[in-house]
Amino acid sequence: MQGFIQQVLNALQVGSVYALIALGYTMVYGIIRLINFAHGDIFMVSTYVAFFVGTALASYLLGLSGLLLFVLTLIASMFATSLLAVLIERFAYKPLRYAPRVSAVITALGVGLFLENFTLATIGPDPRFLPRFFTVQTYTVGGVAFSNIQMIIIVVSALVMLVLDTVVRRTMVGMAMRAVSWDKFTAPLMGVPVDRIISITFAIGASIAAVGGCLYGMVYTIDPYMGIRIGWWAFISAVVGGIGNIRGAMLGGYILGFVEIFTPVILPASSYRDFVAFSILLMLLIFRPYGILGRPVAQKV
Amino acid sequence: MPLLQIRGLTHYFGGLRAVHNFNLDLEPGELVGIIGPNGAGKTTVFNLITGVYRPTAGEILFNGHSLVGKRPDQIIAMGIARTFQTIRLFKDLSVLDNVRIAHFAQTSYGVMDALFRLPRYRREEAEIRERAMELLDLMGLADQANWVASSLPYGLQRRLEIARALATEPRLLLLDEPAAGMNPGEITELMDLIQWIRRQFNLTIILIEHQMRVVMGICERIKVMDFGETIAEGTPTEVQNNPRVIEAYLGEEAIV
Amino acid sequence: MKERRSVVDNALRPVRALYVAAVRPIQEAYNALPASVRRWTMPAVLLLGFLLSLAAPSLINLYWQQVLIYVGINIILAASLNLINGYMGEFSVGHAGFMAVGAYVASIMTVWVFPRMGLKEAVPYLFPLALTIGGLAAGLTGLVVAIPSFRTRGDYLAIVTLAWNMIVKSVLENLDVVGGPRGFMGMQKLTNLPWVFVWVVVTIYLLRNLIYSNLGRGILSIREDEIASSLVSVDTRRVKIVAFVISSFFAGVAGGLFAHIIQFIDPRTFSILKSTDVLVMVYLGGIGSLGGSILGASIYTILMELLRPLQVWRWVVGPLLLVLLMIFRPRGIMGLREWGFLIPKEERPAFVDALREQVRQKREPAAVPAGASE
Repeated sequence: MQGFIQQVLNALQVGSVYALIALGYTMVYGIIRLINFAHGDIFMVSTYVAFFVGTALASYLLGLSGLLLFVLTLIASMFATSLLAVLIERFAYKPLRYAPRVSAVITALGVGLFLENFTLATIGPDPRFLPRFFTVQTYTVGGVAFSNIQMIIIVVSALVMLVLDTVVRRTMVGMAMRAVSWDKFTAPLMGVPVDRIISITFAIGASIAAVGGCLYGMVYTIDPYMGIRIGWWAFISAVVGGIGNIRGAMLGGYILGFVEIFTPVILPASSYRDFVAFSILLMLLIFRPYGILGRPVAQKV
Repeated sequence: MPLLQIRGLTHYFGGLRAVHNFNLDLEPGELVGIIGPNGAGKTTVFNLITGVYRPTAGEILFNGHSLVGKRPDQIIAMGIARTFQTIRLFKDLSVLDNVRIAHFAQTSYGVMDALFRLPRYRREEAEIRERAMELLDLMGLADQANWVASSLPYGLQRRLEIARALATEPRLLLLDEPAAGMNPGEITELMDLIQWIRRQFNLTIILIEHQMRVVMGICERIKVMDFGETIAEGTPTEVQNNPRVIEAYLGEEAIV
Repeated sequence: MKERRSVVDNALRPVRALYVAAVRPIQEAYNALPASVRRWTMPAVLLLGFLLSLAAPSLINLYWQQVLIYVGINIILAASLNLINGYMGEFSVGHAGFMAVGAYVASIMTVWVFPRMGLKEAVPYLFPLALTIGGLAAGLTGLVVAIPSFRTRGDYLAIVTLAWNMIVKSVLENLDVVGGPRGFMGMQKLTNLPWVFVWVVVTIYLLRNLIYSNLGRGILSIREDEIASSLVSVDTRRVKIVAFVISSFFAGVAGGLFAHIIQFIDPRTFSILKSTDVLVMVYLGGIGSLGGSILGASIYTILMELLRPLQVWRWVVGPLLLVLLMIFRPRGIMGLREWGFLIPKEERPAFVDALREQVRQKREPAAVPAGASE
């Protein structure tokens, strides 16, 4: 039982990161019906920004408290990553907004590969560590061990998701997003600045991914190709929950977190986890393509 | 025996009732019109007959065989063809290819015959090619056989769509607003064309149309739909004088 | 956006003018030849090509032979993917998955099955059989994508193909019999230029035959308008099965050829990156065009070889090219056009014109009502 609770905590930790990234996929898909295959790599870039900024801050401003260092790094990463996402949207996706959808999807795939290989070429393939913002403390309650880092990841992610959910449901920006998502041809006639709303969506999606990136980097090493696997898992999360649906993406993220942690428990090796995740995706697309919380779309003849 | 029998046809989109208790008996050789305001469920009836949607309830019998649950291509192969409200040609393909594609169900050669150009492939392809060209010639489109479909003028695109439907060798033809977007001269031509293909190909026709001139001019029988219901049925004169029809078209105040 | 496109067009104009100036006189001279001579041109060119591929070892160095072999393999990959992405208008991103199946199955044939059947000496002669079996296995797995394609379309189907690619890779990584993540080796270097030449010709010929058949027109009609297509009697399910199975068959053959030139395959070889390479070739050369695939595969393969001195930066070029292509030239160099010699005689405009006259002579005139004729 203790072992089980332990695994649940691990699953929540991993799932939080997937959920944060899945939000970016789902928001962009919701608003312009584009599978932004570059999103996983935007997440990767965010960790590199955190790496450089964090390392620089840590060495120049000695004695800075860990929390402040973390917050500054996070803000820098969120800002830089949003900027990148907005630029990508502006120069790679916007020209294709009214082209066949396939063109935009291929472009996204290309942008993702470009980011990976560009990072590889400029920074190199070696894995890196983010500076340690917090000293790791481990607590044991009733035989279940957990660290402060783990708690930070789970709690910060949950807070970010709560804020986002409120923004989309309650604010003008959120309403405008939903308007563009509903009908991008009519929304401008109602005075919705479509271009700006799309940019904002990309920026929000990317900055949430950056939160995920900074949290992820506190535990794992980073490398130029990390965005592929994590990006895919996050993407599957978004599809599982129902792509275009924000709460679905959160739910999907946690589900995939459980898949990742519990696959090696059930199957002989952890190397099966990709197989399991993609098989889930395949089955889902065949039998319930609109995901758990999504709704089917009727075709018009 | 009627060619087409529709009994209690009903279709819901989620909670929206698009068609309710639609009935129709169609004798071979008839030309029946369906009219009604936008959103009355006319096109949905066509989509139900051709298997694009599966009806919520009701039965459709064609030649005594049920169509419910069959795929569109199976239904078309049984002898029903249709055109579309907005032109749906294969835009990037040639006029000849547009018509040849509609011969799909009439070929029986397999993948291997095609890959290795076996005699059966050659024979059937030659046949299709010739039949398609004959049809184009008959429809006055042969000179444009090599054109890309989207480069045809609008009127000819409409006609190509009809030609393509005829290429499936139908007994029943469903025309969905063929006169949409046409000028009065073109409409006269279209009316002649419909009458002519009806004789030439021994067709039974159901026509959805907004242009009253067309419906009143060539249909023997008219059904009027509104909000998914059939509100009137009869000869053109009967329908024109039916108060419920006038109400549906002009609004309630008009008759008061 | 229109403006930018014309900038590209302007930049390409001299290239096109040069091409036309060089090709037009040859074309005209050729067309002036009697038909009896022209009939033999294609066989003669193919024979010459085959002889050249046999003579290649004494003509060019090993490196360029190798590059040409890759060009050939990539032509097979690009042409077969074009069937799905270009002709059928669906979006498959998992071509490397099918390639992997073909590569592993063909390798198992030549390394294990044939030698254990006591045919060790005969393996080089059984190579085409091994490739065909690899292709068939890949073709069979094509059903995995074909069946979901009945219901899912567009970007969702793209995800299905992608998931397929990932699943194949993951399964191979977990299959210890074929080396798991360490890979599979022991293949002889059976792939050579003559074999590749023959397979390229066979692939292009068979794909061409398919495209200009009833089924091929069905494939095109799905791209144009799937619903209209089923409403003019096209059995879209059958067409999709045929398209995916044949496309994956040739991907499998290409995989087999690939395995027997590098003599070592591992799951990572067949990742999504490989699929993206093929995508670049298809969209560079032009969608819906076999000539485009030949062109795209040749240009891209040779370009990447020439860029070898750039080292890692080379891998930035492909994705960048893909993005620029999509923005400025989404249909590629040859988009929806075809080289004349790849079109069967009966499909060329001149033949159609002749057919029209033939049909007109047969029927009595004035069948069309006066009002409807023009």
